[in-house]
Amino acid sequence: MNPAVRETLTAAVTLLVFAIVGSALLSGTFSLTRPQIIASEEAQKRARIAETLPPGSFDNDLVRAARPLPADPLLGLRQPGQYYLALKAGAPVAVVLEAAAPDGYSGEIRLLVGIRADGRITGVRVTAHKETPGLGDYIEAGKSRWIHTFEGRALGDPPDALWKVRKDGGAFDYMAGATITPRAVVKAVHQALKFFEQHRAELLTVSPPPEERSRT
Amino acid sequence: MISRETRDIIVNGLWKQNPSLVQLLGLCPLLAISNSVVNSLSLGLATTLVMAVASASVSLVRNFIPHEIRIPTFVLIIAAAVTVVDLLMNAYVHPLYLVLGVFIPLITTNCIVLARVETFASKRSTFNSVLDAVMMGLGLTLVLVVLGALREVGGKGTLFSGLDLALGPAARDWVVTVLPDYQGFLLAILPPGAFIGLGLLIALKNGIEAMRQARRARPVPALQT
Repeated sequence: MNPAVRETLTAAVTLLVFAIVGSALLSGTFSLTRPQIIASEEAQKRARIAETLPPGSFDNDLVRAARPLPADPLLGLRQPGQYYLALKAGAPVAVVLEAAAPDGYSGEIRLLVGIRADGRITGVRVTAHKETPGLGDYIEAGKSRWIHTFEGRALGDPPDALWKVRKDGGAFDYMAGATITPRAVVKAVHQALKFFEQHRAELLTVSPPPEERSRT
Repeated sequence: MISRETRDIIVNGLWKQNPSLVQLLGLCPLLAISNSVVNSLSLGLATTLVMAVASASVSLVRNFIPHEIRIPTFVLIIAAAVTVVDLLMNAYVHPLYLVLGVFIPLITTNCIVLARVETFASKRSTFNSVLDAVMMGLGLTLVLVVLGALREVGGKGTLFSGLDLALGPAARDWVVTVLPDYQGFLLAILPPGAFIGLGLLIALKNGIEAMRQARRARPVPALQT
């Protein structure tokens, strides 16, 4: 065989062998770690959702109770999201909505808003944001108590005109140096409450939504 | 007694050829993640592990790799090692994985890994290759941790915050508040703080080198006759 051809073939076969061994190694590791990764991710998610609800107020697995949520402009979602229905002894007690504030200081702020069946907020958590560290990040529950100001609030409490930060004449505190961030969060929470008000009945229905029922 | 070669490898990795201070390789993750000791240490150790695995594999198969395709093969091996580490961290230290995020897969593109594989592991024995990889990795980790400590104390006034992410909730109390009631210094946490900090560390290293050289070069006072 022509030496040039042989060299090329050797190189190709060697690379192929390495690729096969590498792929085998990866798929092995992948299937070994898969269950653990899914479990960790679910636990993380479950803990984060549960933070927006008072402990002991529900008794179902919230991650399993995920339902689709449309990309409604009131929620600020650009893609369909999910919401979680909290049940106690089979009766709906609260929902946790995914929502987003598109107008943060640097991009979108993603939120989880927990709302009791009677329309009062049980808790709000920021799940992802790109606000300035040390300035705008006080919206994180781990950094300050600010996010707790929403607890117990509802549509009309304070009145619609006061769902603003104090600087804009509203009822919500903010920290000097970062007003854009809390302004965006207050607005997003207010709109999430409006969405809940408009869709309260469907959101709190215990049976699965129609399109899922027809599939089974 | 360790051989001269072994000693050279150790000294090169940790000091003389320190990847972050002398070779200035792989600065992207170094600058992005070094805002606290815990982040720095985790990324440094993950990189060290990847370097050790990649160097060991490459030196083991170095005689089977045709010269023309060595770079694609090395990249393949490194990428496989990184993905395995990425999956393992995702599975077993999930909270830490969330903090380090995209920087774990990015170890693949950290040029220090490929640099050590290409210049060292592809030519030397497996033992020396692994030693070199570990020492280079530790050299990188050392600089990362010092930089992380500088930025954390300067920016937040604490040390070891977030250690519970790596070691479980028991470690939450290990946070050392170095400067109580510290208002925070934003610049230190933001990317410019990393550049300034690294600049200071490089200056310090060069300063020490210059001093040692000056001392060595000073002529021994000749005996007056």
